[in-house]
Amino acid sequence: MYNSNKMKFWRIFNFALLIVGSLFMMAPLFWMISIALKSMEEIYRGEFTFIPQDIQFSNFVDIFEIAPFFTYFINTSVITVLVVLANVFVNAFIAYGFAKINFKGREALFILVLSTMMLPGFITLIPQYVIFAELGLVNTYYPLVLPSFFGSAFNIFLLRQFFKGVPNSMIEAARMEGANHFQIFFKIALPMIKPALFTVAIFSFNGVWNDFLGPLLYLNDESLYTLQLGLQVFKEQSSTQWNYLMAGSLLVLMPVIILFFFFQKYFIQGSNILGQTDEK
Amino acid sequence: MNKKKENLYGYIFILPWIIGFLGLTLGPLLFSLVGSFTNYNVTSRMDFVGFANYKEMFMYDDLFWTSLYNTLYFVAFSVPLTTIAAILISTLMNQDIPGMRVFRTIYYLPAILSGVGVYLLWMQLLDPSTGLINQFLAIFGIDGPNWLFDSEWAKPSLIMMKLWSAGGSMLLYLAAMQGVSKTLYEAAIMDGATRVQMFFRITLPMVTPIIFFDIVTSTIGSFQIFQEAYVMSADNAGAPENSLLFYNLYMWIKAFNVFDMGYAMAMSWILFIIVLILTIINFKFARRWVHYEGD
Repeated sequence: MYNSNKMKFWRIFNFALLIVGSLFMMAPLFWMISIALKSMEEIYRGEFTFIPQDIQFSNFVDIFEIAPFFTYFINTSVITVLVVLANVFVNAFIAYGFAKINFKGREALFILVLSTMMLPGFITLIPQYVIFAELGLVNTYYPLVLPSFFGSAFNIFLLRQFFKGVPNSMIEAARMEGANHFQIFFKIALPMIKPALFTVAIFSFNGVWNDFLGPLLYLNDESLYTLQLGLQVFKEQSSTQWNYLMAGSLLVLMPVIILFFFFQKYFIQGSNILGQTDEK
Repeated sequence: MNKKKENLYGYIFILPWIIGFLGLTLGPLLFSLVGSFTNYNVTSRMDFVGFANYKEMFMYDDLFWTSLYNTLYFVAFSVPLTTIAAILISTLMNQDIPGMRVFRTIYYLPAILSGVGVYLLWMQLLDPSTGLINQFLAIFGIDGPNWLFDSEWAKPSLIMMKLWSAGGSMLLYLAAMQGVSKTLYEAAIMDGATRVQMFFRITLPMVTPIIFFDIVTSTIGSFQIFQEAYVMSADNAGAPENSLLFYNLYMWIKAFNVFDMGYAMAMSWILFIIVLILTIINFKFARRWVHYEGD
């Protein structure tokens, strides 16, 4: 049996350990805010201060003059909205097929879906680029948006898990009454997995908002640049102006951070589903 | 129910995936396989050159070996370190501790942050003179290294950044640990087991399926490191002294800087084979240490 003093000691010890760890986890983010609000002189004075002596909110205005952040923001938003919508609906459509329709070769095809997750991205990246280049689509948003209309293995897998939870009896009852699979999909199954759709939407948002490789490969024209590309260029232009670099980075990360605080539940749900993958 | 009709519905529903698989995966794969035996460079013709690309890679190209070494180094350190860190943190959190939800949020947040913003943040943290890390070390009188500017410290810098975002796996482990039946621990306490014994005899074996899943996926993921190296190396090409020239970065340079596409495609197949072999080894070893409740 545990004696209660010993228990108490361990609880306090663990708590303290977690707090120290938390400081290490949060310090980079607080430092980013701190630098983003400092003046150049203060950064290079080399004093170790978390709270700036002379807070400069103007940094956040200045960066819009250094780089066309507003254009980047609009571009990124257009791509993001299209990709997120396509990702949610197309993947749900495919996942419903794999979860609720008994067709020939279903198991084998699903294994094929999962095995595509193992392919290194670069192996298809180069030939895909060649294809899009041959089609004359380099320097357009098509290569960034179009692939999301054909589903992605990870999302199909995630949504299939949720569709499995929709009772078969409900689907059979609807079939008896003459509903076809499209009607069942839109009217019954889709509304039932709304939280899962949200999870996919949030993961997709994160993926496409932060995508650097796609835009780097396909976009040459600066007026088409996304935020990620814009930031990278920004780094070259103002290599040691850390206050501007951090202010810009903070602006780009902000939507993700805000989303995280409002919709934590859905992020955690996605991770939990992943954790169950070994269940057969 | 009509079986034929059911089949038809099935294929209609998965049709987008089938098209995508043929057009965006299988087609490109075949193209890449054929292309790897050619001197394709986008503009000129595609001439068949046999195994020349593969021969060049293995026998004459030092940078190929450098990039492979760098990548293996990164995988060998970052996968075990992040796994161990994630297990330790989730073990701490799997106790009855006040503020669990807050801790979860704090440790998980870095895992969802990615992209150029985060790389720039770390470039600042690692900056030898103005960065947080060296300024913090200076308080203790430690003269920090030059991190990304020093070929010895560049890779450890990236590994450190990966550790910061270990929260994603932490969440996986925490979910698994909370699924372990309480009766097992109660029985162990009755038998007088210590905390350490309970961790090694109950908690760890019960979460081995998740550890395995995490190791397999993060190994595959770590082999593909590219963006970090591209953005964080000063010249976008693996500086200093090629210490950040990872496999995918070198492949990128070959494909899109010098347009040696045939060579790059050959490289991508070698990477695929390496990752495949490692995954198979992972699965073979798994039988020895992964514990499934059904067994």
